[in-house]
Amino acid sequence: MTESRPVVRQPYSPTPSPAGAGREPANLGDILERVLDRGIVIAGDIRVNLLDIELLTIKLRLIIASVDTAKEMGIDWWEHDPFLTGKNQELLEENRRLRDRLAAVEGARTPRRELAPEADRTRKRSREAEEPDE
Amino acid sequence: MSDVGTYLYAVALAEDPAPSEGLTGVTGGPVRAISHAGLVAYVSAVPLTEFGEEPLRRSLEDMDWLGETARAHHRVVEAVAAKAPTAPVRLVTVYRDDAQIRSLLEQRHDDFVDVLSRIAGRQEWGVKVYAAPSEAPQPEEPAAPSSPGTAYLKKRQASLHTREEAWRQAVARAEQIHDVLGSVAVASHRHRAQDPQLSGREEWMVLNGAYLVDEERGGEFGQVVEGLRGEGIEVELTGPWAPYSFTTAVETGESEARDDGP
Repeated sequence: MTESRPVVRQPYSPTPSPAGAGREPANLGDILERVLDRGIVIAGDIRVNLLDIELLTIKLRLIIASVDTAKEMGIDWWEHDPFLTGKNQELLEENRRLRDRLAAVEGARTPRRELAPEADRTRKRSREAEEPDE
Repeated sequence: MSDVGTYLYAVALAEDPAPSEGLTGVTGGPVRAISHAGLVAYVSAVPLTEFGEEPLRRSLEDMDWLGETARAHHRVVEAVAAKAPTAPVRLVTVYRDDAQIRSLLEQRHDDFVDVLSRIAGRQEWGVKVYAAPSEAPQPEEPAAPSSPGTAYLKKRQASLHTREEAWRQAVARAEQIHDVLGSVAVASHRHRAQDPQLSGREEWMVLNGAYLVDEERGGEFGQVVEGLRGEGIEVELTGPWAPYSFTTAVETGESEARDDGP
């Protein structure tokens, strides 16, 4: 009849195949996107705010929305979470501020250097000025 | 206090409220219909040891559990939607008992009827458009290379240019496609683009659209989609779906979520 109809993936697969490499008829991502992000929101008696679920938030918001969109939505707290970033954001911030200040003091001579070696060398240089050899 | 809750899947305007035979819910138990105030709620009993607040907090973080539950939820929604105008309810909406559901149907009656009459006789179709710049075929230029080196550089330059251009074109095409499809649909909704992790594809999704289409125009919609395919983009059609994207307005009037890429 309609030979030119595009290939349509049926969202409902009667026998969901185990998630594999291939494209299964009912794409789990599409289903998750719908059941978690669309449909009527009614406050049931069991109050579970999907957005309150931290890991779910990370996994799914990140998966469903692109990172940029998540940021737009204000869901970017993980960027400041030392545990999640694996780095201590505050220390990094402080480090960066110190480096900036140092760079400013030094007339932006070597703004990209690490704080410690730079400070060392500065000290060394001033020492060298006093006594020509070590 | 009961340790069994009532899990709500969907609310429908069903003349024949009986759920499809053998339809099972998130825990494998039978799905029941609760008819009240001219509406039907489709539910199943769930143990609160699994669907209580605390257990849910834990299990929702388990992707396997979540995937299974989402599929079961969706299966019920689809089965119900195949027979009557249906408003899918968001995942894990659980009540203490049936009485709470009856009172919900009563209190929100007008909202439900409003939404359900809007989607009656219509289906949701999903259309995704992917930009596939790497696969974008270059216009065949009658090349007369003076040397292999020059030919290579020219080719490389053209390839970079083509990539960028293909991206721009894909975004523009996505806009255009959304508009064209919107004209066949009764309503349309542009969702956020899915991340490659979810879509399972490397290409950037430039359109993640949902279209509410009259049932009898489903074939026409498919043909329009087919006609929109073109170079540098890939168009994927899914559906028909239960009207997930067009029943959210009961509580929150979500505006179009636009995502125009990076």
